[in-house]
Amino acid sequence: MHNQAIGRKTSAMDKVWRVALYAVLLIAAAFYLMPFLVMLITSLKDVEEIRTGNLLSLPASLNFDSWSKAWSSACTGSSCEGISPFFMNSFLIVIPAVLISTLLGAINGYVISLWKFRGSDLFFAALLVGCFIPFQVILLPMAQTLGWLGIANTTSGLVFVHVVYGVAFTTLFFRNFYQSIPGELVKAARLDGAGFFTIFYRIILPVSTPIIVVTIIWQFTQIWNDFLFGVAFSGFDTQPVTVALNNLVNTSFGGKEYNVDMAAAIIAALPTLAVYVFAGKYFVRGLTAGAVKG
Amino acid sequence: MNTKAANSGSGQTQSGRPARRSLADWMPKIVMAPTMIITLVCIYGYMIWTAVLSFTGSRMLPSYNFVGFEQYERLFNNDRWIVALTNLGVFGGLFIAICLFLGVTLAVFLDQKIRAEGAIRTIYLYPMAISFIVTGTAWKWLLNPTNGLEKMMVDFGFVNFKFDWLINPDMVVYCLVIAAVWQASGFVMALFLAGLRGVDGDLIKAAHLDGASTFTTYRRIILPSLKPVFFSALVILSHIAIKSFDLVAALTNGGPGYSSDLPANFMYTYTFTRSQIGLGSASAMVMLGCVLAILVPYLYSELRGERHA
Repeated sequence: MHNQAIGRKTSAMDKVWRVALYAVLLIAAAFYLMPFLVMLITSLKDVEEIRTGNLLSLPASLNFDSWSKAWSSACTGSSCEGISPFFMNSFLIVIPAVLISTLLGAINGYVISLWKFRGSDLFFAALLVGCFIPFQVILLPMAQTLGWLGIANTTSGLVFVHVVYGVAFTTLFFRNFYQSIPGELVKAARLDGAGFFTIFYRIILPVSTPIIVVTIIWQFTQIWNDFLFGVAFSGFDTQPVTVALNNLVNTSFGGKEYNVDMAAAIIAALPTLAVYVFAGKYFVRGLTAGAVKG
Repeated sequence: MNTKAANSGSGQTQSGRPARRSLADWMPKIVMAPTMIITLVCIYGYMIWTAVLSFTGSRMLPSYNFVGFEQYERLFNNDRWIVALTNLGVFGGLFIAICLFLGVTLAVFLDQKIRAEGAIRTIYLYPMAISFIVTGTAWKWLLNPTNGLEKMMVDFGFVNFKFDWLINPDMVVYCLVIAAVWQASGFVMALFLAGLRGVDGDLIKAAHLDGASTFTTYRRIILPSLKPVFFSALVILSHIAIKSFDLVAALTNGGPGYSSDLPANFMYTYTFTRSQIGLGSASAMVMLGCVLAILVPYLYSELRGERHA
């Protein structure tokens, strides 16, 4: 990339430039890291240390009391059981919603790319709009529908909502991935007498592992981090962890306990952070899949 | 689940030739049917439903006494809505501009054969994995005027340092910008970095042979070729801005007063806690209008581009 002829002449200049480059990159890294570090430090202090110290002053000793309080006894609205029950609620919502929406997306993507029928492209375009509508437009009708179906304020209701509004994205992911599979493959298999599901199960699914991982990670992050549907459609005992965290932070009986707030916030972020750390490559691919087509 | 579906599918197809024929023809439509019904009802049907409600005088419960554009008139005479729309303009504009600037800059810098690039990239992008509620909670603590950044700077010796944006009605919207930029700018960086890695290497070599400096090469050749990435990022960021609801809920709860409300929060408050369903629906329709104004030209050019390719 560097032009060698002038590269030698300007090597001193180059050095200054590289130092500046690294400085900017490291300052940016500090900006992104700082909030998390401050959260972590704050969660390990006691209330007195928070009052007297500042954001970056370290605790005298590691104190995990606020963590256990956030987990099992902090008050979120009217009850004081910590955020653990709501943490579990989130899993009860996320797991079925992710599995169902991924399965539907895989089959839809398979049909749209390899079993085109009249109107399937038009339908795909119509579905794409579903990725982008502001959900405020569907909140009230959905609340009414959930009431009619008898699943208002239930976990199944939330699973239903997340599947309905997640399937547009999962379909998009699988469709873009299956676009690269040659249609002749399916035609040949059909001539050999293989049916719709046999081809899907025997030929398509075995090559789909990367996109399945991407989709599951994307859906997991989206649904775990959701707040709008959680706050609009959940009952008190079916709240996801994001709603409980917001209640915890905004509940003020007596003094404000920032250490407990921070511990609860980190706990609520841990599952998606873990996914990011262990499967970052797929996470990034999911993020860019919709934007940079390929 | 898959195995079962596959078995029952092939079981049926073996029953006879004519049946298999028609079943195979119908199968794609049958398996797509649930999604098609969901899309038609829960996206387009509900959109129309909300549109209809926005022309009614509905309050606590949906009612269908039509009042024409009255709710829209009330909406635009409502100071809180005007504040929310203005906030969206300020927040959206700054959020998008800063994210794009930071994203492009960091991507170009990271593209200079940096040591530990993977680690730095990971650090830049991790906020995107976190919920806006967590982001809001963290920044609420950082920006807190009594114990937050202000106190830290005073402790460091800047005795007159003042930073009370979070409780200042004129400045609170910039707190939303800071937190949102922190969360999303790493993502823009990742988009551009992916784009930079896709630029044709021969093009760059040719420019260098012609004596162009690295800076000129980026400005004249590489960045212009990333126009599609730029537009994608623009659409995604404006979409995030218009939908922003949870960040406000967690960071400011719309306060002080309603000075940091965004349209999404306005809609939620009026529909669900203030029993003004007609007015809430009208605000939702205006939000939809904003999104469509950005989205339709984008999707049109994307789909057309695909057909030509």
